[in-house]
Amino acid sequence: MTESLEGTPIFDGETSRRGFRMNKLFMSLRTEANRERFLADEAAYCREFGLTDEQQRAVLERDWQAMIDLGGSIFYVYKLAMMDGRSMQYLGGVFTGMGEADFLAAMRAGGRRDDRGQ
Amino acid sequence: MAEVIWGLATSHVPSIGAAMDRGKTDDPNWKALFDGYAPARAWLAEHTPDVAIVVYNDHANGIDLDFVPTFGLGTAERYEVADEGFGRRPVPDVIGHPELSLHLVKELIDEGFDLTVFQELDVDHGFTVPLSVWTPDPGDAWPCPVIPLLVNVIQYPQPTAARCYALGQALGRAIRSFPGDLTVGVLGTGGMSHQLAGARAGFINPDFDHMWMDAIEKDPARLAALSREELIRQAGSEGIELIMWLIMRGALNEQIRKVHSDYFVPASNTAAGIALFDNRVSQPAA
Repeated sequence: MTESLEGTPIFDGETSRRGFRMNKLFMSLRTEANRERFLADEAAYCREFGLTDEQQRAVLERDWQAMIDLGGSIFYVYKLAMMDGRSMQYLGGVFTGMGEADFLAAMRAGGRRDDRGQ
Repeated sequence: MAEVIWGLATSHVPSIGAAMDRGKTDDPNWKALFDGYAPARAWLAEHTPDVAIVVYNDHANGIDLDFVPTFGLGTAERYEVADEGFGRRPVPDVIGHPELSLHLVKELIDEGFDLTVFQELDVDHGFTVPLSVWTPDPGDAWPCPVIPLLVNVIQYPQPTAARCYALGQALGRAIRSFPGDLTVGVLGTGGMSHQLAGARAGFINPDFDHMWMDAIEKDPARLAALSREELIRQAGSEGIELIMWLIMRGALNEQIRKVHSDYFVPASNTAAGIALFDNRVSQPAA
């Protein structure tokens, strides 16, 4: 994007290139066999997919913001969150710093606004 | 010739399908959404087309980031419902209509829309949730064969709103030139305003959504003029999915009749919209 919008990650070609291996790992978690293999040795699984050290740390520590910053697509990152039993509202609570309960309450109250978008 | 008899715009949020699959449609957090679907479902049940076309995007289930087709069309006889991680939705696989698909591919490529052709494609919630919004209890089969029209909306640069509207117009012409008598329904899916990641996650813009809902019926050219950046700013980074409504709208006539529309917040982190249009309306003299 030529113009960035605060608080709004844009999954563009450069980001996709950076996150390619990590997003492939997330995609692989659709199958039970792969989830079992991942959970048995997460670091080894990350190495197998060729993640960078930073990406591997983000995955192992479930640093959701870092996964996005390091090239994760939210739709792919969500595969890992689902495996952990985490909802999109949980992730919203992390990304906004609000926590899941407050984030969910804000959504049920009609969603969040910003100063520029309205 | 084939004729588009209706257009349906609807959100495709996975939790809408999950609420149905788990029998939670009367839950207080969901009931108003499903009550808002009822008039559209009743009308659609009386107007089953011979074929439907679902304009949607995949979410890391049928395709991955190895290939990012801007526009794609399925030509298969059958599309399996994807397992998105924890078992497939308990809904029927999708029967396709290869004859119409192949006609559309040829006509659209002749018009300059160089589509990617899918001979095999598992369809995810982006596709099956709109079918469930239309037909909550399909039994063993959906009401008619369905053709997937895929749009890249998750990796920037997405196609422009103008290009989507033009594709829809070409799709309408391609349908009308099919040499058999068929009635067709076209579904445009996704939206409305929402954003899943970043500090602005949870963003909802009801003013924009209401403007969009009104203009999709009466002034789609105004929506087609919106830039990608403006759409992301006004509708959120995932709200840009609304460009898929413009493909549906482009396939309809200039004059249409709104059968029903409704708006609900939140379906998960999303503003959910539905709009149903009857395309069998007499047109003003050219």
